[in-house]
Amino acid sequence: MAKATREAFGEALARVGEDPRIVVLDGDLLKSTFTYLFREKYPERFIECGIAESNMIGVASGLALSGKVAWAASFACFVAGRLETIRMSAGYQEANVRLVGTHAGIGIGDDGASQMGLEDVAAMRALPNMTVIQPADAVETERAVEYLVDHEGPTYMRLTRQKLEDVNPADYRFEVGKAVTLREGSEVALLATGATVQEALKAADELAGGGISARVLNVHTLKPIDREAILAAAAECGGIVTVEDHNVIGGLGSAVAEVLAEEGSGARLTVLGCRDYGQSGDSEGLYDLYGISAKHVSDAAGNAIS
Amino acid sequence: MEVTTTKDRQALIDRLTDEARRLRVEDIKMITRAGSGHPGGTLSAADMVAALYLHKLRVRPEEPDWPDRDRFVLSKGHCIPIVYAALARVGFFPREWLNDLRKLGSPLQGHPDRVRCPGVEASTGSLGQGLSIAVGMALAGKLDGASWRVYCMMGDGESQAGQIWEAAMLAGKYRLQNLVGILDYNQVQQSDLVKNILDIEPTVAKWRSFNWHVREIDGHDMRQILDALDEAEMVVDRPALILSHTIKGKGVSWMELNPDWHGKAPDQEQAERAIAELEGRRSPESGGDGEGGAS
Repeated sequence: MAKATREAFGEALARVGEDPRIVVLDGDLLKSTFTYLFREKYPERFIECGIAESNMIGVASGLALSGKVAWAASFACFVAGRLETIRMSAGYQEANVRLVGTHAGIGIGDDGASQMGLEDVAAMRALPNMTVIQPADAVETERAVEYLVDHEGPTYMRLTRQKLEDVNPADYRFEVGKAVTLREGSEVALLATGATVQEALKAADELAGGGISARVLNVHTLKPIDREAILAAAAECGGIVTVEDHNVIGGLGSAVAEVLAEEGSGARLTVLGCRDYGQSGDSEGLYDLYGISAKHVSDAAGNAIS
Repeated sequence: MEVTTTKDRQALIDRLTDEARRLRVEDIKMITRAGSGHPGGTLSAADMVAALYLHKLRVRPEEPDWPDRDRFVLSKGHCIPIVYAALARVGFFPREWLNDLRKLGSPLQGHPDRVRCPGVEASTGSLGQGLSIAVGMALAGKLDGASWRVYCMMGDGESQAGQIWEAAMLAGKYRLQNLVGILDYNQVQQSDLVKNILDIEPTVAKWRSFNWHVREIDGHDMRQILDALDEAEMVVDRPALILSHTIKGKGVSWMELNPDWHGKAPDQEQAERAIAELEGRRSPESGGDGEGGAS
């Protein structure tokens, strides 16, 4: 059943919330981030910080330094906008802060550029001890939330406003740092993360129709990146296409390029992603316009092996 | 609040005043050895830091992570050397560590680093962020029904940062009576007097309007410092701010209220003069010595 990962997050957080260490912080977006579900059950451990995200992040760190597992959620663009506060008050501090950025990318649609988190992965990846996770569907979000309760160190999780199709089985097990092979294939590898995983799967179907064997990897952990899976894809498939609802600089495509270059791989890499601030529109139309829909992925894959 | 006789109180005041003087000497030596640092704001904070670490804070130097300890967050992180001097004085680490301030591999980083240095509660140095962390700590203490308290020392210059007021507003909202803010109002920031850069007045009215209890004191009068710290513990239903009027560079006459000594280490000769003055072996000099210059 299609569900927005932000909604799955809110439900999972309310479920794991029985752990008394968990505290949730909000910047007046609780309905949008679905943290209101936690507040309904545990109002005493819900801190409403108002529209003051820098303070929210610092407060989360103070809670974390005092033994709490502090979840601070807002829109991805507003979280990443506080990069220096996150760097100083969360990252350098080695605080057990769980930063959550919903409304990732152009996929949010109508609200337009000001609400679109498109540089957040780049920013969070640059922080040395930050783990960056972007689940691709509801079940993966739930498992990731459960995993993060006991993770040591600061983390960033990136979630969608829009509903995403299920791409994982119901009994899915989340393993941080390990990309999931959703489709075996040998001619081209499609590496996707978050909302674009379903696009990659559709593209693989199209390619299969044309007799092309495409591997699909769900790269749910953007940092640390699964070097092994990337190198295996490069060695076994030759061509790689990455696709992400994020700027092409600093996200999945960059992470893959870094691995390929560092390891001297000769694999041909095509990076699909945004190169703009975004604009209002419907999600599907925007995915087409910005070149990250299934059709663009299959076209890029076709070119990669030609 | 402990019950003390007038005589005991005076003895405590005398002891802490002397401890503050020693911390200042240690601080000047440290910064001089390091060859860089921010002496002015360390000297203004010395009396309060002495009162906290040598009297008020419930901490266990041999057990830095003792869960029930009081927390002290130095939001004006560049002034950490005076706190390092206090941490060494009470035994969080050997005094020899002070020799390596700002050196490669030293736990005593140029700005506070909680991961590297025992006794440091929060890594700070980017101004305006410390109070938020202190508010988070106080919220955690409140959630746990704990008796420990959180103290956060801020600078006057950093009170220009919006995040301070975000944090102040939240602390007021949650009525954090386990939180004590200390504003080291030493009147000078890096480039000029605070009032010339961006005046933070009316300061008392600002904090009161954010639902804080405010007590103004002479931050170099140990009796007033102790009374204010005791009073802060009695405040219920809201956080307390001690608005501590101080003098940047206090104790070294030619550093006092001189922006040139915000971020510059004294040389050996200057350090000797400063220490002689702090130890009462030399009379205060009048006016600046004209040797200043931005770092």
